[in-house]
Amino acid sequence: MKFDTPATNNPIDQLKVVGRPLDRIDGPLKTTGQAPYAYERHDAVRNQAYGFILGSAIAKGRIDAMDTAAARKAPGVLAIVTTLDMPRLEKGPMNTASLFGGPEIQHYHQAIAVVVAESFEQARDAAAAIRVEYVRQPGRFDLAAEAPKAKLVPGDSGEGSGAPPEERVGDFEGAFATAAVKLDATYTTPDESHAMMEPHATIAAWEGDKLTIWTSNQMIAWGKRDLAKTLGIPAENVRLDSPYVGGGFGGKLFLRADAVLAALGAKAARRPVKLTLTRPLVANNTTHRPATIQRIRLGAGRDGKLTAIAHESISGDLEGGQPETAVSQTKLLYAGANRLTSLRLAVLDLPEGNAMRAPGEAPGLMALEVAMDEMAESLGMDPVEFRILNDTQVDPEDSERRFSQRQLVECLRLGAERFGWSRRSATPGQRREGRWMVGMGVAAGFRNNLLMKSAARVRLDGQGVVTVETDMTDIGTGSYTIIAQTAAEMMGVELGQVRVRLGDSSFPASAGSGGQWGANNSTAGVYAACMTLREAVARKLGFNSAEAEFVDGQVRSGNRSVPLGEAAGADGMAAEDQIEYGDLAKRYQQSTFAGHFVEVGVDAATGETRVRRMLAVCAAGRILNPKSARSQVIGAMTMGVGAALMEELAVDKRHGFFVNHDLAGYEVPVHADIPHQEVIFLDEVDPISSPMKAKGVGELGLCGVGAAIANAAYNATGIRVRDYPITLDKMIARLPELA
Amino acid sequence: MESSSHLSLTRRALVAAAAATAGATTPEGADAQPASAGNSSTDAGTPAMTSVSLRVNGELRSLELDTRTTLLDALREHLQLTGSKKGCDHGQCGACTVMVDGRRVYSCLTLAVMHEGDEVTTIEGLGQPETLHPMQAAFVKHDGYQCGYCTPGQICASVAMLEEIKAGVPSHVTADLMASPQLTAEEIRERMSGNICRCGAYSNIVEAITEVAGRQA
Repeated sequence: MKFDTPATNNPIDQLKVVGRPLDRIDGPLKTTGQAPYAYERHDAVRNQAYGFILGSAIAKGRIDAMDTAAARKAPGVLAIVTTLDMPRLEKGPMNTASLFGGPEIQHYHQAIAVVVAESFEQARDAAAAIRVEYVRQPGRFDLAAEAPKAKLVPGDSGEGSGAPPEERVGDFEGAFATAAVKLDATYTTPDESHAMMEPHATIAAWEGDKLTIWTSNQMIAWGKRDLAKTLGIPAENVRLDSPYVGGGFGGKLFLRADAVLAALGAKAARRPVKLTLTRPLVANNTTHRPATIQRIRLGAGRDGKLTAIAHESISGDLEGGQPETAVSQTKLLYAGANRLTSLRLAVLDLPEGNAMRAPGEAPGLMALEVAMDEMAESLGMDPVEFRILNDTQVDPEDSERRFSQRQLVECLRLGAERFGWSRRSATPGQRREGRWMVGMGVAAGFRNNLLMKSAARVRLDGQGVVTVETDMTDIGTGSYTIIAQTAAEMMGVELGQVRVRLGDSSFPASAGSGGQWGANNSTAGVYAACMTLREAVARKLGFNSAEAEFVDGQVRSGNRSVPLGEAAGADGMAAEDQIEYGDLAKRYQQSTFAGHFVEVGVDAATGETRVRRMLAVCAAGRILNPKSARSQVIGAMTMGVGAALMEELAVDKRHGFFVNHDLAGYEVPVHADIPHQEVIFLDEVDPISSPMKAKGVGELGLCGVGAAIANAAYNATGIRVRDYPITLDKMIARLPELA
Repeated sequence: MESSSHLSLTRRALVAAAAATAGATTPEGADAQPASAGNSSTDAGTPAMTSVSLRVNGELRSLELDTRTTLLDALREHLQLTGSKKGCDHGQCGACTVMVDGRRVYSCLTLAVMHEGDEVTTIEGLGQPETLHPMQAAFVKHDGYQCGYCTPGQICASVAMLEEIKAGVPSHVTADLMASPQLTAEEIRERMSGNICRCGAYSNIVEAITEVAGRQA
């Protein structure tokens, strides 16, 4: 099905099942521990051996020799594969660093060997017995030091965020020079780790030259393609199965070392092999969100209208890598005739930087939306009103191109009202509650909506049970449930009559889970397959397919009514189709919007910032399931608290690695850090996005939260911290004297 | 450029790092390949095996285990009770939380051989999909999970935590140590802070626990 004209009325608009806050259908399995994750597939294949991955102990250089004699003799050892056993493996287009092979080391904890043994304890012990002779080379590990050498590059997160090396509209320099009110400030964001709860894990089994992996991956079709390429085998010989993913946040978008080394280990041991990255390998062996240095210049007239906007970002990555696209949203968020964005990339020898939830916008808005707060204060304007004044309903770089829907103003207005924004003091440091200095902050949230081809197969059996098969993944997002809701709505059955099977590369290829594109596209693919199935059913019954109604488990036309199961017959029926898109995304800018409101207390004695209240008002098209969508938003808000107040991969600039590579050193929010969170979805349908009229929401909830927290901390204290995270050491020396 | 063996590199790096990052994790992968420097025991003979009997979810289970096997791996790998999750294997995340003799423990931080005769309750022992424990049902109702990986640990911790409050065990946020701790959101958040949920379902988890606690009270 090609979607190239805006949606009109369709069966989804009945909203009998779609749009309802239903419990997740995978809930009983997840809450009882019965949902099987990758490392737990004891049932998948017999005789599994255990693999253990050894990571490089240097950041840059090469390996001269590896002595595996003692390890090979260790009890239980079945096979050892080292990186010296083969040349550097090919890599797929998504990977920057090599995943295995060859003597050259590109980053710390790059995989250099896998040990396969009868037990986990034996594999781990033997891996520790491998002696490695390294030749270390000096590396570039300090972004600030390398920043002056950073080159202008184009950026594309692959997740809906991107910008050319330099983009100019009007005359930024001229307008900025003559602006009545100006801001020129630099903000930094640190390297961050996805820190999903389930470390990357894979079970690999060969049957002749065919390979099956049970793994934890967000993008099944990419994984299949890239594993085949990396191993040099035909893609049709590779199968991935990933029905449950214990969190990803972008860290499992791409093929990683667990899959490659499980496959190589299984080949060498002639046994199925299961392995997982140990927690300390996750931060340095896999990808991370790169640190940024962002300079923002804003110029406005006394009336508060922006006349000049510049946002320039520098980040680092390995040779051949990508910049963090932190300026992307600045091209679209506010009006202003004279504009400049630029992206610069420094070469660093740290582990690979790549997509983490809302790449580009998450760190970009942490800078831009603080700059807007600073500018509002300079103008003597309320920060909500300042944003509203500078709203735009068209692409600021192309005034002919409208947003399909843009309710940022409504998000801000409703949020201000519900949050009690009028009680905020415009002068910082005015509100004191015991030891707490209390303040409120606001920020706009912005994230694009991406359209991706997505396919599904729908089966109907003689009992009227509908089964959906697609390689879509559920990474906690609620895919199982919204796909079931979609199929139930389309086929006119109860939710309980629908089965959903996900994550298997033998199913039709979906959009996958990334860039908040999963929900809208994967359900639109199911919509397409259901439409095809409806036509086939109607045709089989001799009904006019345009008139056939699918209601209450029946197919009706005129005065005829046939139960769905009977229509399908004993052999059942199946249909496969996909959604693909025309040029609506070019003709209209499709984005999602939020107003984030936060209240914090800053401890007057220690400078510790605690979040007291949070509200997000979101405009993101039709909300397919308000319960699971709300969870996406509160989860993202929680990650925003981490980004604002605690998360930072500490770089060892001499040895070139992230020091705090575990969940004690890399602090993420815990229960005690998170108050009750409020989310409001504006009533919106977007017929330009897809037949579902939905858009993404999973990343929107993160976009802008960090800035709202930073702005609240400023409002509480009068202290502006421009380098994240806002930890107490950056506050304490500037706090007012205790009374 | 310098050439060195792993051994000498590690020692030098350790000294350098200790000076600058006092208290931080040791560099050069000392965690991931713990014995690569100065290792002397890995080429020893067969692993030490021992028999352990545990009562798991009410059923006596006898195992022949490598003494290095954690309680978590005994459950997940040997008994195939994979509801208890391995998130970090370091006692830092809480995904492996089970109850031993009614008290919550991180099962990755304790060896199976230390639990001879102990009563172990895992998520599988609390309820099944058709017969959910009230806490499991409340998590479903309040959407107190997303990816589901920390969920069994959260639920086991929740159940044990409510018993701790009932038993009068104070926490860091208990204002009056002489009075019985109250079932406030603040108490729940503090006591559940050993269980990380990276998906960020905390707000909903607290609502689920509050509902169950209210029903119990």
